[in-house]
Amino acid sequence: MSDNDIGERVKKIVVEHLGVEEGKVTDSASFIDDLGADSLDTVELVMAFEEEFGCEIPDDAAEKIVTVKDAVNFIQEHAA
Amino acid sequence: MRRVVVTGLGLVTPLGCGVPAVWDRLVAGQSGIRSIQSFDVSDLPAKVAGQVPRGETSEGNYNPDDFVAPKDQRKLDEFIVYGLVAAQQAVEDSGWKPDDEEALERTGVMIGSGIGGLQTIYEGALTVHERGPRRLSPFFIPSSLINLVSGHVSIKYGFRGPNHSVVTACSTGAHAIGDASRLIGLGDADVMVAGGAEAAVCRVGIAGFSAARALSTGFNDTPERASRPWDKGRDGFVMGEGAGIVVLEELEHAKQRGAHIYGEVVGYGMSGDAYHITAPAEDGNGGYRAMRNALRSAGLDPEKIGYVNAHGTSTPKGDEIELGAVKQLFADHAYKLRMSSTKSAIGHLLGAAGAVEAIFSILALKHGIAPPTLNLDDPSPGCGDVNLVPYKAQEFEAEYALSNSFGFGGTNASLVVAAYH
Repeated sequence: MSDNDIGERVKKIVVEHLGVEEGKVTDSASFIDDLGADSLDTVELVMAFEEEFGCEIPDDAAEKIVTVKDAVNFIQEHAA
Repeated sequence: MRRVVVTGLGLVTPLGCGVPAVWDRLVAGQSGIRSIQSFDVSDLPAKVAGQVPRGETSEGNYNPDDFVAPKDQRKLDEFIVYGLVAAQQAVEDSGWKPDDEEALERTGVMIGSGIGGLQTIYEGALTVHERGPRRLSPFFIPSSLINLVSGHVSIKYGFRGPNHSVVTACSTGAHAIGDASRLIGLGDADVMVAGGAEAAVCRVGIAGFSAARALSTGFNDTPERASRPWDKGRDGFVMGEGAGIVVLEELEHAKQRGAHIYGEVVGYGMSGDAYHITAPAEDGNGGYRAMRNALRSAGLDPEKIGYVNAHGTSTPKGDEIELGAVKQLFADHAYKLRMSSTKSAIGHLLGAAGAVEAIFSILALKHGIAPPTLNLDDPSPGCGDVNLVPYKAQEFEAEYALSNSFGFGGTNASLVVAAYH
C-alpha cells in the first residue's frame, strides 16, 4: 500500500464518520480541534481504521492518533 | 400549586409527522396500520404495525434529515430521533427561546420511553457475539439509554433545569406529562419539555410481545382492521412507534410572554394494580383509582368530563375492564360522555402512547371534535351502551377531557386536561 492510497482511505473514513467537508480533512487536521470530533467519535474512528485496514490499534497507540497523518503513519507501520 | 398550561405540541406517529397532518388524518378516520415491510416478518406471528410514514416533511410525513444531521442519526437509536423531531416541533411551536442563564436554568426536560433503544441493544448483542467486544460502538450505550432523549434535547437547546426521564411501560408518556406538570406546579421549573418516545417495532420487539401473546395476529392480510378496541373480533394490540412531546409552562409565565395556550393540565392521578405483570386487575380497580385520583386532584365532578381518550389497546381483556371502571366511576354520566380509542388508528405507541393521547385530548377540546374508534363493527357485550365514537369523529362541546394509560407491571396514570379561553 502506498502512503497516498492509505491517506485517501483514511480521509474517506473521516469524512463519512464526522460528516465534514473533504477539503477540511488535511494531513495535519486534528480530529478534535479542527474537525469537531468528541472523545467518543475518535474511539469510533479508530475502530473504523482497524476495520478498513485489518489491523489492531491498541488503546495506548490510539490515544496518540490525533491527526490524519498520525493515523496514516500508524497504519503504514502496522497494517497487514 | 401553580397552574400549568400547554404551549407547544409535537407529534411523530404512524399517521404522519407534525400536529396538523396527524390530527387531520386522525379526524378523517384514516389508519396508520400497515404490513411491516422494513424487516423480515415471515417467521413472526404478527406482521402488521403502525410505522411512521417516511416522506416529505412538507407533506406531513417523516424526514429525519430535516431535523437531525444524518451523521448524528448514526449515533442515535430511532426512539431518540423520534423524540428529537417531536421536541423540535413542540419547542418551535411554543416560541420559547430563552437565552439568559436564569431562564435556561428554569427550563427542564422529562421525556421517557417504555423500552428505549431495543434495536440498538439487539444489534449490539449480535456484534459482541459474532465479532467480539472490541467491535462494539462507543455510541452503543448512549444510543440505548432511555433518558438520552431528555439529554439530547437539553444539550440541543441549553435547557439546564430538571433533566429527568420516566420509565413506566405504556404509562410512560402520561406519567411524564403529569410529573413534569407537578415539577412546575411545585416550583422546580417554569417550563418543561415533556412526553414519550418509542421505536420498538423491530424483530425482537414484535417477537417479545408475540411471546407474551399480546399482539393481534388475525388481521395480517387486512392491517387497517387489526386494531379494533371493544370490537368482538379484537385479538390483541398492534405495535406502534413515534413520539409525543409537549411544552408545559407555568400559567403566568406563558401569559407574560404572550404564548399561545392550547389547554391546561388540571388533574393527574396514579395507581398501582399490585396484581399481575401483564394483565390488568380483573375488577379494573387500578384504572378506576387512577381516574378517581385525577378527578380529585382537579377538584372536578365526573360530570364535567366530556371526552375520555381510553387506553383501549384492543386486547381481549383490557378494553372491557377499562370500560367497566369508567362506568363505575362516571355512573349515569358514562352514557353521556364520548370515549374513544385512538389506538384504533395508530396502534399502541407504548411509552409514547400516553403523551400522544394527551395531545389528542387537548386537541379534541380545542377543536370540539372527538376522534373516532375505528373498526368497532360489533361491540362486545356490555360495550354497546357507551358512545365509543365508532368510525367517524363527532363534534362535541366540553371543558374537560380525561386520558388513560395503563402499563405492564400494573402501573396506571390518568390526566385531566382543560380547554383554555
